Amino acid sequence: MIRNCWKHYHTPGSLDQAIELLNRYDGRAQVIGGGTDLLLEIQQGRKPPVEAMVDPSRIAGLGEISQDAGHIVIGCAVTHARIVRDQRIVQHGTCLVEACGVIGGPQVRNVATLAGNVAHALPAGDGTIGLLVLGGEIEISDADGSHWMPLADAFLGAGKSVIDHHRALLSRLRFKPTGQLEGSAFFRIMRPQGVALPMISMAACLRLDENSMIESARIAVAPAGPVPSLAEAAMEALVDKPATQEQFSKASEAALSNMSLRSSKYRASQEYREEMVRTHLPCILARAAERAATGYAEPQGVGQ
Amino acid sequence: MSILRMNINGKPVELDVPESRYLSAVLREDLGLTGTKIGCNEAECGICTVLVDGTPVNSCIYPAFRAQDASVETIDGLSTNGELHPLQQAFLEHGAVQCGFCTPGLIMTSKALLDEKAAASESVTAKDIKIALKDTYCRCTGYQSVIHAVLQASGQDIPPYIPETRSPGQVVGKARPNPDALAKITGEARFTDDYVFPGMLYARTLRAGIPHARIISIDTAAAHALPGVHAVLTHKDVPGRNLHGLVSFDWPVLCRDKVLYAGDAIAIVAADSEEIAARALELIRFEYEELPAVTSAIDAVGPGAPVLHEGRPDGNLLKHIKVNKGDVEAGFGAADLVVDRTYRTPTVEHMFLEPECAIAVPAAYNPAEFAGPLDPNAVRGETALHAKTTIYVGSQIPYLDRDQVAAALDVEPESIRIVATLMGGGFGGKEDVAGQIHVALLAQATGRPVKMLYSRQESLLFHPKRHATLIRIRTGATRDGKLTAVQATLYGDGGAYASLSEKVLTRATTHASGPYDVPHVKVDCFAAYTNNAPCGAFRGFGVSQSCFAVESNMDILAQQLKIDAIELRRINALDVGSVTCTGQLMKESVGLNECIEKVDLDMRGEDFRWSWEEGRSRFAWGVAIGYKNTGLGGGAPDKASAEVEVWLDEETEPLAEVRTSSAEMGQGLPAVLAACAAEELGLPAERVRVLLGDTDYCPDGGPTTASRQTFISGNAARLAARKLMQQLQSAGECSSTDLAELIAAARNSGTQMLARYEYWAPKTQPLGSGGDMHFAFGFCAQAALCEIDLDTGAVQVRKVIAAHDVGRAINPLTLEGQIEGGIVMCIGYALTEHYIQEQGIPWTNVMARYKMPGIKHTPEIVSHIVEHDTSTGPYGAKGVGELPSIPTSAAITNAICRATGVRVRSLPVDQDELLRAIRSGADEVQLGWGDREPIPAVNLGGTQ
Repeated sequence: MIRNCWKHYHTPGSLDQAIELLNRYDGRAQVIGGGTDLLLEIQQGRKPPVEAMVDPSRIAGLGEISQDAGHIVIGCAVTHARIVRDQRIVQHGTCLVEACGVIGGPQVRNVATLAGNVAHALPAGDGTIGLLVLGGEIEISDADGSHWMPLADAFLGAGKSVIDHHRALLSRLRFKPTGQLEGSAFFRIMRPQGVALPMISMAACLRLDENSMIESARIAVAPAGPVPSLAEAAMEALVDKPATQEQFSKASEAALSNMSLRSSKYRASQEYREEMVRTHLPCILARAAERAATGYAEPQGVGQ
Repeated sequence: MSILRMNINGKPVELDVPESRYLSAVLREDLGLTGTKIGCNEAECGICTVLVDGTPVNSCIYPAFRAQDASVETIDGLSTNGELHPLQQAFLEHGAVQCGFCTPGLIMTSKALLDEKAAASESVTAKDIKIALKDTYCRCTGYQSVIHAVLQASGQDIPPYIPETRSPGQVVGKARPNPDALAKITGEARFTDDYVFPGMLYARTLRAGIPHARIISIDTAAAHALPGVHAVLTHKDVPGRNLHGLVSFDWPVLCRDKVLYAGDAIAIVAADSEEIAARALELIRFEYEELPAVTSAIDAVGPGAPVLHEGRPDGNLLKHIKVNKGDVEAGFGAADLVVDRTYRTPTVEHMFLEPECAIAVPAAYNPAEFAGPLDPNAVRGETALHAKTTIYVGSQIPYLDRDQVAAALDVEPESIRIVATLMGGGFGGKEDVAGQIHVALLAQATGRPVKMLYSRQESLLFHPKRHATLIRIRTGATRDGKLTAVQATLYGDGGAYASLSEKVLTRATTHASGPYDVPHVKVDCFAAYTNNAPCGAFRGFGVSQSCFAVESNMDILAQQLKIDAIELRRINALDVGSVTCTGQLMKESVGLNECIEKVDLDMRGEDFRWSWEEGRSRFAWGVAIGYKNTGLGGGAPDKASAEVEVWLDEETEPLAEVRTSSAEMGQGLPAVLAACAAEELGLPAERVRVLLGDTDYCPDGGPTTASRQTFISGNAARLAARKLMQQLQSAGECSSTDLAELIAAARNSGTQMLARYEYWAPKTQPLGSGGDMHFAFGFCAQAALCEIDLDTGAVQVRKVIAAHDVGRAINPLTLEGQIEGGIVMCIGYALTEHYIQEQGIPWTNVMARYKMPGIKHTPEIVSHIVEHDTSTGPYGAKGVGELPSIPTSAAITNAICRATGVRVRSLPVDQDELLRAIRSGADEVQLGWGDREPIPAVNLGGTQ
């Protein structure tokens, strides 16, 4: 176990300063969110120690949740705890609250960030999955400026995102808040034993039309491959269909036929994962549909 | 180095410290605020929680410079002007402080919750507490007292949960917080790592990392040469006996010829800083020839297995332990039904929250030589002169540590002093020598104090675990439910070194027919050496394992005979007049039937159903009963010495001190000893101090194990106090029982105001002799209400009703703490815990890979106390430390079987396996979480 993971700790006051620092260290510095994943990776030898950490938590503007014309925007320094408390996201990004609300425990959620969760690029990062079905986007800032890109395109492989953490910063995240007749839900099964990753998690965001037909759907099941991904077959199966239990079950079967869930040692068997999708994905779809229909959401499972 | 400015507990501080620091290190090392404790350095256990701008964070992973200009609150500043914060007061009253190591973290996390709720004018619920404290762990209390304490501190009127017991004497029988709890809740209590001696060096150990090898060479030259390194030692540098152990001396201090498990110690380093010591380890060149690893007990004693301890005539068979009573063939012949199953229990880790730490201070140490303050009145601690080589360590067996250190250093035991510091949990995992000998060697080699602190990860690798077992048990009964025969064959994985395997597996064997009157019993147990982690003492000591098997079979029997599960236990329960499977006639103190009655009555309350469905969950009750010896037994000399001294304070009021070297690890021993002495002396308990574990001042109390300390040391304290009274009465020629008068009268006679008593427990006989193996047994019955989620297979324990026969409750508050903590520990055994090893390499190499129960797993616990006196225990008491942690696992799997029809035969319960079994209609599950293979076939009698 390595305890000294960094030598210099910087808390720049602006995005420009942060990027300038990264470039000055020329590959020997790294952006840090809460550190609750990153520091363990370094301590346990899976990532090398760095000369400097660049901590964006004091950058003005990056510690806020704001809402502009089309999006709810979450700064990279915003912690899971803040997201869970935000009433705008509770109502218009419910699956994100349900996802961020089960990451680690209270102490971890008080420092860990959604940006960090996304940057870690694990196949089943809870916050990431929640943001994915909301059609989330991330903003990458570097010396050339800032640009937005779909979250769905941000992953290259397990643990690998498009972001070069030695030169660039995931500065903000955003999603279109769910509107009328739109609702979302997230669900996760964790073992009570020593496995830090979920057995399986799933999220859905549905939009209905006035006739309770499904206008659009975004669904994710994880882990279902090396990168977080949408369950396209299940989504297609739902479009223009009524929001009924029968359709939700059919969509879940479509999801299963088009994804390869695997067994992970000590974590979950393939059969269990398939059975959980079969059993629970219809429920999550139903919950999202109900929230769409009623326009009201009470997040479930937060903190448990 | 850079300037860090913070406000700590209301005071501004400015420090010039390296930017690489974590907040926990700044608090503990730079500011000397040692109230915040480190349990894992992985942001996993939460005990290091402090508040940064009012928000609870894990300080062990919080970069210090992130707290620039922030306001930090720690336990050290919580009580103001000597006034306790309501949380501290409540924790004290509710007995929510046992070993105290997690207490600062629990209190600070709770404080944030209370502050948040108060600011929102909302009341606090138990659900809020379970969410807020979800990742702040405690291994001792079982959390029920914590929940109540936090509710009380939030302003609700919650009396401490104290079970009903017999009416108390003057002191004995009264509920009272443990005297050292106060220091623990203020953060003033110091554990070994909180001591810092001027001139102190930091030590680290190079561990093998491979399970089985022949050592070729160990080259330490490069490590020696590293600047800042003061000593690098190998086996060559051990002047005396290079072996230690608790029964046989087979465990190398530093390996010479072979490596027998991945945690074996190859070399030790002392350096100016831990960082330098760690770098030095990397420079040691260790060459070896890897050998095939033996990783299961059955394989170890089978043909062709490589022999670990070469030259042992029995190879890897440590011992074949036998129990024979009657004629099992005849017994099974007479049975109408025979149930025959094989069960598997896992290797389990103590997970005491305080990782091992030892400090050795060399003889003739003078702190002033290292620019430290010198206090001529200090008898120990950083400001004291140290005449002898002194080891500061939280150990369960101080006198044995002294002997083992002396043997390794080749000196007389009296030239070594052990100062037993507070222990942040033990549970049996701190009986074997950890760093004691290593630091002594390094202190001698360097002439400086040397501290060896194990990281959590090193602790996981190094220390002895609970034995994994395979148990095939065959239970025969007649149609009316009367047991006729029990035959069992057990394989116990003892790991690389003997430790206490022989004793643990003897206990498993002698308890393998359960607390029942069975006419014919045959048990064969094979204790084996393997290249897995050594296994030793762990609360329950073999009975945890065999009780799981016995009580699982009993429920299968009940179901097949269509007899009520409780009735079946009642029909066969041991009582006065029964003969155990080892031939011991139970003459007194068998409260088992009363335990069963109390649980039955409570469980069946109103509208009782064994099992029902609600939504997508199934609920069911499961029962199990158990027993556990008090004391070492088996013919081992079981004794403790205690000294009691009295004097008058400045107001001429009497004060007393009890001194004995037994260990307090949170179980509440000081309160018990104080009560025993106080009762005899006619003093209030608050006037009796207790000094534990200093081999220069305290006579030998024997090991803190086998649930023996209340009985043995309690008697020693009681009888020393009585002897002192008699001494004072005769010296002052005064027959008063008023201590102040006695002291005044005796003072002029020049008599010593102290008495020492060596108490010997009633003699016991070795196994096989047919005599009394133990002088007392505790008994219990437990019923667990479990909820099984039919959609996920997840199991939750909702309620436990328990009854424990403790002989006599000396302190009902600390007794209840043992019961709740034991039950929750056994819930972990059943549902969450497994120390997984793969071909001798631990997969469980970080705390994140080992989950003990957290507060969200706490059921409602209802506790009944049964008191069937022993004639020889202090005021009738017998032991209870282990008893509550024994039957809960079977109660849980019995509930699961009742709810789902699925019999779980391997622990811990894997919801993946359970769910698939439920869906497929299978009637059993063989794989516990972490198992990769089905349960191997076991031949009865043992020949494989």
